[in-house]
Amino acid sequence: MERIVIIGNGISGITTARNVRKQNSQAQIIVISSETKYFFSRTALMYAYMGHMKKEHMKPYEDNFWAKNRIELCFAHVNTIDFNNQKLHFSNGKQSNYTKLVLALGSKPNKFGWLGQDLDGVQGLYSYNDLELMEENSKNLRKAVIVGGGLIGVEMAEMFRSRNIEVDFLVRENRFWGNVLPKEEGDLVHRHIGEHGVKLLLETNLLEILSDENGRVRAVKTDTHGEIECQFVGLTAGVSPNIQFLKEAELETDRGIVVNEFLETSQPNVYALGDCAQFKVAPKGRRNIEQVWYTGRMMGETLAKTLTGKKTEYKPGNWFNSAKFFDIEYQTYGVVSAQVEEENEQFYWEHTNGRLGVKFVFNKSSEQFVGINTFGIRMRHELFDKWLTQSKSIDFVMEHLEDVNFDPELYKQYGSEIVNAYNGHFGKNIQIKKKKWARIFS
Amino acid sequence: MSNTNENNLVKSLGVPTGLMLSFIGLVILILSWVGVSLSPIFMWICLGSLLTGMMVFGISTYAGESEGIKNNGIWTNTLTNRGLLAWVSGVVITGFYVELYWFPEMLGLSAEGTNTGLIAFFDPLSYALKGAPASQWFVYGTIYTICIVGLGVKFIFKYRHSRYQMWRTISVMAAQLFLAYFIPEILEGMNQDQPYFVKDLKHFWPLNYYFFEDWHLNNMTDQASGSMGMFYMVWGILGFTVLTPIITYYVGKRWYCSWICGCGGLAETAGDPFRHLSDKSIKSWKLERWLIHGVLVYITVVTAVVLYAYFTNSSSFMGLDIYTYFRKPYAFLIGAAFSGIIGVGFYPLLGNRVWCRFGCPMAAYMGIVQRFKSRFRITTNGGQCISCGNCSTYCEQGIDVRAYAQKGQNIVRASCVGCGVCSAVCPRGVLKLENGPEENRVTDNPILIGHEKTELNKEII
Repeated sequence: MERIVIIGNGISGITTARNVRKQNSQAQIIVISSETKYFFSRTALMYAYMGHMKKEHMKPYEDNFWAKNRIELCFAHVNTIDFNNQKLHFSNGKQSNYTKLVLALGSKPNKFGWLGQDLDGVQGLYSYNDLELMEENSKNLRKAVIVGGGLIGVEMAEMFRSRNIEVDFLVRENRFWGNVLPKEEGDLVHRHIGEHGVKLLLETNLLEILSDENGRVRAVKTDTHGEIECQFVGLTAGVSPNIQFLKEAELETDRGIVVNEFLETSQPNVYALGDCAQFKVAPKGRRNIEQVWYTGRMMGETLAKTLTGKKTEYKPGNWFNSAKFFDIEYQTYGVVSAQVEEENEQFYWEHTNGRLGVKFVFNKSSEQFVGINTFGIRMRHELFDKWLTQSKSIDFVMEHLEDVNFDPELYKQYGSEIVNAYNGHFGKNIQIKKKKWARIFS
Repeated sequence: MSNTNENNLVKSLGVPTGLMLSFIGLVILILSWVGVSLSPIFMWICLGSLLTGMMVFGISTYAGESEGIKNNGIWTNTLTNRGLLAWVSGVVITGFYVELYWFPEMLGLSAEGTNTGLIAFFDPLSYALKGAPASQWFVYGTIYTICIVGLGVKFIFKYRHSRYQMWRTISVMAAQLFLAYFIPEILEGMNQDQPYFVKDLKHFWPLNYYFFEDWHLNNMTDQASGSMGMFYMVWGILGFTVLTPIITYYVGKRWYCSWICGCGGLAETAGDPFRHLSDKSIKSWKLERWLIHGVLVYITVVTAVVLYAYFTNSSSFMGLDIYTYFRKPYAFLIGAAFSGIIGVGFYPLLGNRVWCRFGCPMAAYMGIVQRFKSRFRITTNGGQCISCGNCSTYCEQGIDVRAYAQKGQNIVRASCVGCGVCSAVCPRGVLKLENGPEENRVTDNPILIGHEKTELNKEII
């Protein structure tokens, strides 16, 4: 009998398990994790810390869901994998075999070899254990320093600010999330997190983390601001594939586990996906490691097909992503690079309140719409996906801004204001069309 | 940072001031409840400080903060996490309801002669409005209205980034203040020769369960009630037969439940801090469907029987006394115990919409329309859901919104009252309440946008 074993119960592993079960009612499905027994949503960790939720709310499925769908959950730690005999060896001495193995191992926070990076009070935020550790480390915490200006960093800052803990945020680049966000957007976020009492120190590098006599952090040393006293250091300078226990194994790895377009590894019947997978050849227009919730989920859906006899290539469609910076929501569709490409033109509109902003990118010569960043204004994913696939022009997008708006009812609409600004900037005369259901749900 | 300091000042002065004012009002109220005789001026002080106290507290809690979701510490606060304060307030509110419904003499109601205690305490206001002494229902209505208005202001400041939430709250406040309180009370005072009938324009059958009872029909058609009585009768019948299904078709049951209803009004304002306490399990969903539709069947049967009584002029049905076996048990079990005591008294323990979710026959009726023939849905935004669970946690109706959103499925549920809080708390802009074409409203077999997929199995787990 087919025995599909999945190591890792994050979104990638769990999506694989669920989708295998949808398409195959026979196969044995075992999901192994040493993090938690039940699947939980990593994205909710911050809300549990801030008291918006209890930990049990992080679980997207009721506990009896797994037995009902005959997905066996195994709370254990895999030490080594014997690929030749298709066997797993657990830390408790037990063994298990598989006919197909799925590695959905996730990530771990980057540590760049800073002095003092392993002191007490120094940690990243990725796992359930990290949340509990952070809770522990928050006792008597007055000031935290966060290193690395990305999404997890700003989440951590929000978590601390919810408890009135002072936060200094060290960012290596000259703006927030500088490798992803263009300058205007980076500035918008920078201003907003400043309003929440976070001190953003740009172009600042961490040199060393200093210890007190108990092996606990007491300060950090930086290149621009000298020593900063703190009782906590958050390491949020990205994550990397969590594969160290496979380094000795007979499995091709690089930064991640190397896979082809079918998510197959170098070993037969062994697959990898999600954060820990690295594509030999990156899908068109994508990076070869993408550590995003959505890509993990999409890979899981794809792999489940292959595992159930319908070999399917991973073909991500148009890029999309989202985040929230304190009170400002961010969505992106298509490609908006930190530095606009030579062949592209960009147009940015910002509300005078400084909390709403939209960036459009389009091709200079063909005027084909390329991508959008939107802050504080919600937009419809389905429509942008369609427009990108159909290579609509920037003028078309402008005309249909009311269709694509996804803000709650009664919200003020900024479509005309944006189109007016666009017309003024490019000397055009685009007229915005009134919202029409037939165009939205066609 | 100076910005933050000023905000802290507003908060550090305003919050205690608001709490103190509310506390003063509450103490005076309790004093009169336990029988201390107070001069009329204290009533105005009491109600004034209650109302302003709630407002000052609400405004200063949120006004200085950046606009956005304010749920920090909800699950660590003893009032909102079923802690000690929650139990204490649950017991106090429940006690008040028990006295109100079953032992009004403990509030000072006197069968003969003049009222005393809490009820007499409200006489000055009652005389000012309608030129008659207060009843226990007047006291209840006044406190109820103060809570909706005072804590409605708090809600508006809490959600002031959302125009949907602001307008919705202004609407429930106005509906309570005018339709349910001032207009009926003043009409009552202007027509003291009329026998009593419900004058709240939005209080339709079956929420108003006694609309068709013979005494109520008789009072509306009484000569002394004149054209006003006829108007209220025709309006009341058209309200539930025509108006309700049509509006519910166009916008969902929210037009009632979270825009004008009094029960909804209290739930959305005073009850807002408890919305996350609703049970989200599949088990409670099953219970909900049996209970709420059971109540709808129950009131339909009772109403059929009382109409039979009205038209045949009899007081018994199949040998059973109609008052003893039909009217009274419904009024006791559903009208008082369910909607009042469990519905409101248990806010801090079971959440703010227990009645609306498990018991209200009006909600059940509109729910059927909403589920099967309506333009309303909550649209899920493609593949943007991250399964964080804020939507499910803060759904006061106990809908596991996330279960739909993470599949890319629209939410079409009979129980949704359209409060819009799921959409507000979603950190990724995934949910939108909207009234669109009926076609493809129910997305049983959604495709999560984001990658090229060929087909999908019908069975969704």
